[in-house]
Amino acid sequence: MSDKKESEIYAPSSSDSRLKATDASAYIEGRFSDAVEEVKQQHGEVSVYVKREKLLEVCTFLRDDPKLRFNMLSDLTGFDRGVDESPRFEVIYQLLSLQNRCRLRLKVRLDEEDCRVSTVSNIWKTANWHERETYDLLGIEFDGHPDLRKILTPEDLEGHPLRKDFPLRGY
Amino acid sequence: MSKVLEYSPTKTIEQQLREERFRDEVLDHNITVSMGPQHPSTHGVLRLEIELDGETVVKTIPDIGYLHTGMEKIMEYKKYQQNIVITDRMDYLNPMGNNLGYIMCVEKLLGITDEIPERAKVIRVMLTELQRIASHMVWLGTHALDIGAMSVFFYCFREREKILNIYEAICGGRMTVSFFRVGGLPYDIPEFVPKMVRDFCDGFPSAVDEYETLLAGNKIFQSRTRGVGVISAEDAIQWALTGPSLRGSGIDFDVRRYDPYCGYETYDFDVPTELDGDVWARFRVRMRELRESLKIVRQAVDRLKPGSVKVDSPKIALPEREIMKSQMDALIHHFLLAGLGFEVPPGEAYHAIEGSKGELGFYIVSDGSERPYRVHVRGPSFVNLQALPSMAQGYLIADVVAIIGSLDIVLGEIDR
Repeated sequence: MSDKKESEIYAPSSSDSRLKATDASAYIEGRFSDAVEEVKQQHGEVSVYVKREKLLEVCTFLRDDPKLRFNMLSDLTGFDRGVDESPRFEVIYQLLSLQNRCRLRLKVRLDEEDCRVSTVSNIWKTANWHERETYDLLGIEFDGHPDLRKILTPEDLEGHPLRKDFPLRGY
Repeated sequence: MSKVLEYSPTKTIEQQLREERFRDEVLDHNITVSMGPQHPSTHGVLRLEIELDGETVVKTIPDIGYLHTGMEKIMEYKKYQQNIVITDRMDYLNPMGNNLGYIMCVEKLLGITDEIPERAKVIRVMLTELQRIASHMVWLGTHALDIGAMSVFFYCFREREKILNIYEAICGGRMTVSFFRVGGLPYDIPEFVPKMVRDFCDGFPSAVDEYETLLAGNKIFQSRTRGVGVISAEDAIQWALTGPSLRGSGIDFDVRRYDPYCGYETYDFDVPTELDGDVWARFRVRMRELRESLKIVRQAVDRLKPGSVKVDSPKIALPEREIMKSQMDALIHHFLLAGLGFEVPPGEAYHAIEGSKGELGFYIVSDGSERPYRVHVRGPSFVNLQALPSMAQGYLIADVVAIIGSLDIVLGEIDR
């Protein structure tokens, strides 16, 4: 049974004290100047590129900081930028702060030779299946994941279907 | 096991097993049961590996992927307007919502979100809210059927039928509608549709009362749902539950409120929440949502004013049929748009809407061509199902069926 207190924590703060995504990105840029590679803004959405080594640190901070409180991981996915591109892969984290009613996108770039990144399933439990899906479809490995198995494709399918060099038909 | 038990009417099977020293093998070990993928209560092809201690669930491992058709991969090879058809097939109980989420994400990439005409927006809201009602009707019917209340199912499908008839009158499709287009609607709705919708709105409140009488006051239904499958607010956020499943745990997160789209900020509606976090709470939330959605539909019908239903941009929206037949430039635009599609500027966008099951997000990456470079769908069913093991742990195996029903999953969206 959830008591009243719990729901108050997640209730949105009043509209003047709410943080915007741009403020949030500036805040973590100031805090982790060595971890943030780039901040991009497009269509009113803010993307923050984070160094792979610093991802866990940044994510924990984003979730726990009382001002930010990005307590929900809406979505986690990745994409293949192209066979010849370097770095080839990107992993995308869509964060949501219930308190500030704002979204923030974190991104990590990964090289093809070493496409692995630490799991965030210890920070947000929901990352578990998202990471399995990303591993299954794109072949990105998540270090420290409790159960990194295929999730959608059959056991005997070789390869990762969402990679750009995987054929659409004739497999 | 080599031994066979002798028939003995005076002893219970357990006594006999203990005497025959089957003890270690049978009685003190958990057994694993495979439920599905063809089990009717798993709402599609979901397989659960359930470890049982007697009748109590110790561990649940969902196994998904039976319906995986590689929709995200296919979408990379189709033009933006062709992908609308694919989105219908994901959550087949909420096709209007899927269409809306996808096209709004493309509109965001094109930068034409503010140019959508008012009439198109109002019709979009009206149809997606009707879809929410239709989707909740299927949920209510099947949920009650799983628990053992069979008659509700037929009454629910009666109301759903009326909504599908409205869709049929508008676009010819009942379940796979593909009605929304990037930049508005393909054509205006027929003149008699507002009356159909009004008739539906007049009859629906008494139908909801009927369901309440059939189920909410039923002692068996209550004892099957109250205190079952409890999830705390904190856990619900950790698992990123959204939609009615989250609001059943006391958090009033609704994308229509938090991040309004399509003019939802101008409609008057409440976001129902319940504090208990059990199957009953999720049932209450959805029942109250039915009435809230109806409120929105009523407001939308009243707002219908004559006007255009697509953006004034020949590069994105197809010209009217009659104009296309009489004007040269319109014919050229039609030809180019149908044959080659429209190009979307490079970039990326994530757009979330409140689907009938929770936050339905589309993440699209464009490389500047007429086909998306990458489409990712954040399906609410996929994320909500993940919380099933933690919800089912410690309850009876019969409760698992009730919990799956209360999550309202659609496997088409989970496997994509």
